[in-house]
Amino acid sequence: MRMKTNQSKNNIQNPLPQGGNIIKRYLTRDAKSPAHAEYLKRERIQQLWVRFTQVALLIFLLALWEILTHYRILDPLLFSQPSKIWSMFISMLLKGELHNHIIATVLETIVGFILGTVSGTLIAIVIWWFPFLSRVLDPYLVVLNGMPKVALGPMFIVAFGGGYGGIIAMAIAISIIITTIVVYGSFREVDKNLIKLAKTFGANKRQIFQKIILPASFPTIVSTLKVNVGLAWVGVIVGEFLVSKQGLGYLIIYGFQVFNLTLVFVSLFIVAICASVMYQGVAILENRILRNRG
Amino acid sequence: MSKDIIKFNNVCKTYVTMEGETEALRNINLSIREGEFIAILGPSGCGKTTILSLLAGLISPTSGSITIWNKEVKSTSQNVGYMLQHDYLLNWRTIKQNIMLGLEILKQNTKENRDYALELLDEMNLLPFQNYYAHQLSGGMRQRVALVRTLAIKPYILLLDEPFSALDYTTRLRLEDLVSETLRKRNKTAILVTHDIAEAISMADRIIIMATSPGRIKREIEVPPPLRDPLPFSSRKVPEFQKYFQLIWREMNENENESIQK
Repeated sequence: MRMKTNQSKNNIQNPLPQGGNIIKRYLTRDAKSPAHAEYLKRERIQQLWVRFTQVALLIFLLALWEILTHYRILDPLLFSQPSKIWSMFISMLLKGELHNHIIATVLETIVGFILGTVSGTLIAIVIWWFPFLSRVLDPYLVVLNGMPKVALGPMFIVAFGGGYGGIIAMAIAISIIITTIVVYGSFREVDKNLIKLAKTFGANKRQIFQKIILPASFPTIVSTLKVNVGLAWVGVIVGEFLVSKQGLGYLIIYGFQVFNLTLVFVSLFIVAICASVMYQGVAILENRILRNRG
Repeated sequence: MSKDIIKFNNVCKTYVTMEGETEALRNINLSIREGEFIAILGPSGCGKTTILSLLAGLISPTSGSITIWNKEVKSTSQNVGYMLQHDYLLNWRTIKQNIMLGLEILKQNTKENRDYALELLDEMNLLPFQNYYAHQLSGGMRQRVALVRTLAIKPYILLLDEPFSALDYTTRLRLEDLVSETLRKRNKTAILVTHDIAEAISMADRIIIMATSPGRIKREIEVPPPLRDPLPFSSRKVPEFQKYFQLIWREMNENENESIQK
């Protein structure tokens, strides 16, 4: 899901061009010629329709949910209600009951995400540097990668304690192996001729890595960031399910245990927003970093 | 007559892998004079690129020796510049940063050397593009950047591994002239690997024809002055050009029949 600026939302109210001059001017902005204006107009109307439909779909689903639970076609005890979820969200927010949970979970996720990605990349560098090691470790990586990391949860709690330690360890565990495998794979896929080129200038191993391998693999590393954001969220939420006394994962489990499904939905709503914001942040970073590449 | 700068003495090269071994070169003997432009012509798989890699010090011979100025080639050296089949410009660097790659690796990234590289870029009429990225340039421009990158480290010997093969015909003809002129002006020794007979005749002072499996020298042909002196494009118009083309064509086809019979 992409979040969009208000600008397009304002225009959604009247997506068709028969309106006043302002709309027409917006639709044909930056046109180089009448034909180009026509093209831009078509593209932009299309774009506005997409936005409009997206918002309409959301409103429709929420309204359906509200109506079905209001008339007891769906049990509001099980499915809660958008209006109840919203008012609980607002009241918790105002009472300051959410801040600690959000901060705890977001921090755990960010730390887990960064540590998972960085250490996965570092391991990939080490294996690239020592081909012997890569051959030795190959079966281990395969097994570890195939292993559902969540199953290791109890081990992490024993090893790192029930607080932040165990949860962050879970977030790291879930992303580190796949990062290693993907990044190491991209190191190996770098065009051999680029390496040959560096060698013709007498480059040593460190220079080959620094000048060729690492920058060539940057797009892959950045794209693992995007995957790892999602994985870190999985790790943290599962970690919180298992042990914690605070965090959004804790709220979900707690809400479930006391059968307050509204609380569960409030938490899910916040998780969805935080995760989307982080994902967008990484996507923007990716664009920045890779802007100049052909 | 100038002195020999490069010598191959009975060089053999066999590649070994888990699957077995391939004899790439057998008993190569070759001397190259300073400032000479040599073209190595032959079918694919005749070890042309192996000769360049040996000379560049990227690989070592199985037996025999290669010397540059009577010193055995043991590793890569700044005396030798290698221009590959494609430009291999790094897409994360600007043109200016690309041409400095060799200087950076050799830790000679001084103001003086950088200025020299920019001068070369100017000579190729590419100075206005120094802050562009490689994907914004055409194939011919990119290959010219690659030439600047190779020349920026001031090599005495230039190895050209089919540097024009990926370009369209017009660009190719223009670039042949440009490269010839640039190398002549600086009196560089050059070895061009190609499978294009016309390119070999128009650019080289001497042509080495190779045969395949195993790769060996079949014949050497001196290109006469009327073909050698003008720039490549003009020498294509000299009457003798056709005669030499036919001669080499016959020689190379003989090669082919010979290997089919085997």
